[in-house]
Amino acid sequence: MKVNNVILQFTAKIVFFIIFFFAVHIFFAGHYTPGGGFVGGLVTASAIVLLVIAFDLNTVHKLLPINYIYVVAIGLILALGTAAISMFVEQPFFTHFFDYFYLPLFGKTSLHTAALFDLGVYLVVVGVTMTIIQTIGDDE
Amino acid sequence: MLQILCLFIPIIAAFFMPFFFKKIRNVHTGWFVLLVPLFLVIYYTTFIPVISKGETIIEQLNWIPSLGISFVSYIDGLSLLFSLLISGIGALVVLYSIFYLNRKKEQLHNFYIYLLIFMSAMLGVVQSDNMITLYLFWELTSISSFLLIGYWFNRDKSRFGALKSMMITVAGGMLMLGGFVLLSLMGGTFSIRALIEQAPQLATNDLFIIALILILLGAFTKSAQFPFYIWLPDAMEAPTPVSAYLHSATMVKAGIYLVARFTPVFALSEAWIWLVAGIGLLTLFWGSFFALKQTDLKGILAFSTVSQLGLIMSLLGVSAIAYHVDGAEDTVFKYAAFAAIFHLINHATFKGSLFMIAGIVDHETGTRDIRKLGGLMSLMPVSFTVALIGSFSMAGLPPFNGFLSKEMFLTAMLSVTEFDLFNFSTWAPLFPIVAWIASVFTFIYSFYFVFKTFTGKLNVDQLPTKPHEAPIGMLISPVILAGLVVTIFFIPNIVTDTFVKPAVVAIQPFLYTSPNDVNIHVSAWHGPTPELFMTIGIVIVGLLLFLTLSKWQKLYSILPERFTLNRLYDITINELLGSWMTRFSKLYMTGSIRKYLGYMFTAIPLIVIGTLIVKNAFSVTFEGSSPIHLYAVILIVVLVIGTLTTVFARSRITSIIALGSVGYTVSLFFVIFNAPDLALTQLVIETISVALFLMAFYHLPKFSKVEERTRFKFGRAFISIAVGVMVTLVALSSHSQKFIESISNYYKETVYTEAGGGNIVNVILVDYRGFDTLFEIAVLAIAGISIFAMIKLRLSRKEKNYESK
Repeated sequence: MKVNNVILQFTAKIVFFIIFFFAVHIFFAGHYTPGGGFVGGLVTASAIVLLVIAFDLNTVHKLLPINYIYVVAIGLILALGTAAISMFVEQPFFTHFFDYFYLPLFGKTSLHTAALFDLGVYLVVVGVTMTIIQTIGDDE
Repeated sequence: MLQILCLFIPIIAAFFMPFFFKKIRNVHTGWFVLLVPLFLVIYYTTFIPVISKGETIIEQLNWIPSLGISFVSYIDGLSLLFSLLISGIGALVVLYSIFYLNRKKEQLHNFYIYLLIFMSAMLGVVQSDNMITLYLFWELTSISSFLLIGYWFNRDKSRFGALKSMMITVAGGMLMLGGFVLLSLMGGTFSIRALIEQAPQLATNDLFIIALILILLGAFTKSAQFPFYIWLPDAMEAPTPVSAYLHSATMVKAGIYLVARFTPVFALSEAWIWLVAGIGLLTLFWGSFFALKQTDLKGILAFSTVSQLGLIMSLLGVSAIAYHVDGAEDTVFKYAAFAAIFHLINHATFKGSLFMIAGIVDHETGTRDIRKLGGLMSLMPVSFTVALIGSFSMAGLPPFNGFLSKEMFLTAMLSVTEFDLFNFSTWAPLFPIVAWIASVFTFIYSFYFVFKTFTGKLNVDQLPTKPHEAPIGMLISPVILAGLVVTIFFIPNIVTDTFVKPAVVAIQPFLYTSPNDVNIHVSAWHGPTPELFMTIGIVIVGLLLFLTLSKWQKLYSILPERFTLNRLYDITINELLGSWMTRFSKLYMTGSIRKYLGYMFTAIPLIVIGTLIVKNAFSVTFEGSSPIHLYAVILIVVLVIGTLTTVFARSRITSIIALGSVGYTVSLFFVIFNAPDLALTQLVIETISVALFLMAFYHLPKFSKVEERTRFKFGRAFISIAVGVMVTLVALSSHSQKFIESISNYYKETVYTEAGGGNIVNVILVDYRGFDTLFEIAVLAIAGISIFAMIKLRLSRKEKNYESK
């Protein structure tokens, strides 16, 4: 049975970017408004899932040739590394640091090591979700 | 900082090994590994001038300050000696392994990663002053030892030996942790140095003796003391460099180290002296006696290691006597601790070289069976010389270092007869007698090892490969070690002043304040003393028995196999745990997920409702609750319809979609109750899990006809109602009771000032309760990788090239 997915595929291409940028937005906004790494990761994963539904796993894998297991590993190392940084400046494990900076374009910005940790969470969530979907979907 | 960093340098280096192995195929990975121990040797050598003056250096890195847990690198005489042994022998072993392990055939990166992990772990054990991190590194040595013994994992025996060593040493490690915890409860600190200062007060505590026994169990399992030694002979399945490094020079000495380190804490106790000296002496005899039963070269060395570890252990036990004698630094009781450390160094040199020779013989002839070997002397002259030096030193003959420490060992054992506290006068004569008999057997197996291999008739036909001398690279390390064996004999006092005396001060801080106070001078000749006559007796009796060995060695086969300790281990593991426990588990582990869910959802309401009843915690008030709005009612109706549809739907698609609708409705609930974060998360989770369900949908078995007409099952209905009731009760009760002030105010006050954020939910996730999140993502990652492994890496039967099963 041949299915005509033109509308779905066309929409998916555009909606993917909308969802993805929304994910980036809520990731960064997380510290002050609803959002954060976990949700951001899930939203990103759902954007990719949308592509998978509109096209298929192989096509998506060609578009985004990412080994998600590595994404998981990088995320975990980042999270653990951020937590461990404080140990090397005589602070207990998992002490976060933050300060306010005046950056060009952004103005007064808060830079926070928690964001790095959250990025780790983000990567693990995206990695694991996509690993599971890819392996289960791939298996015939 | 560098001092702490050095503990982790090997582990950090381990990360790069796969790249070296995969990208640079032309160079043996071992050459890169070699840099690590070489650097460490040089680094630790720079400490010698300071430490030999009796000073100590400490560096600390806080890990969990609120619990008093930190990484400490505490360098005194004892830990510096061990650090140098670990890095020094490590360098020689890595060099040796470069020629022992084939670059093209072996999975070198695995090997070296395990070895480097071990190196870090072992350095951590000997430098940690904090008992918790000491335990951490201790178990890490067990794990890396497990991985190294099982390195050739497709051999049955390797896996068996790996498991056995792990079972015994980890069990001992757990007991030791118990001892540490008791000590810290008594002393209020995890620091060993702080405990040593309070030793007299600790000894009066009721828990003191329990802590003592637990810590000794840890040390005895690790150092292969009777009756736990049985793992060491099976550990010989590891590649020979590993046996030389872990199972003779370093890891098995961790128990010795522990006993030495804790001697100042426990020396007050009578039980300590009896246990350490008694078990040590028993092990010394047992190991030397059974070494002659072995036919495998490495088997002989394994039993010999067991025996020699017993020797050092018994010396440490006797050294505690000095605590009970006034002015012991000027009596014969001063020798034991000194002899223990001196013999430890000597043992590392001669046993390391002997192991390497056993490896060379195995490598060049293809067998380690002493019955097939013989007459290799002319073919392998260098190996023979090294083996001769090592064996003679082990037998306690001059001019080799073993002679010096063996004499001193006999002195220490004779000193016991002069001690009259704790009923020692009754049993004391046994100490020198057992020591003498064991030394005779040591003499015999040393000769047995070297002469049965290298002299006699050469049967080339029996050997799997044609024997020839080993390549030069492989000989460098054993030759260096054999060189040390001889050198130490001629300059013993330089060695003891630099290494032994500072270590003795660490073992007996109650006697000495600086290494110069240790008034012992080593000399090869000290007149016609009882020790000398004992040595002469050992040589004469030993020679006679060795020459008649073929006549009486058969006696060993009379001993029945049924009553050995190995058999006891097999019964425990195979029968008791293996078959009984499996049978028991199979009673309830049926493989049906429905049953498992049944167990879980029966247990949870039972426990929770039970607690509610027992604690009389149930209460209902509707005070302060807001009125129920119409849209909430509508959502609940949708929720109920969705749930019922999920359960009663005829097709899976309907179920999945209905389940999705339940999830979305719940997220709408979050929206109307002002929880945007939860709503957002729930919404996305629901989307993704519906997609996942649809993916997995293909793989599920078809709804069978039987399944479709599932009758109403009373039991299951009861369980689900119980879960529902439980959740309702808990929700009502927790809403109605305000015993504890809500924590949200704390968050509200500190979220901006201390955490620098605005969204409490997210700040909780990444900061306040960051540990939870860290572990959650770790679990998530494990789950993801497990699913990947189970589905993608399914091994078909053909791919399983293991030996049996």
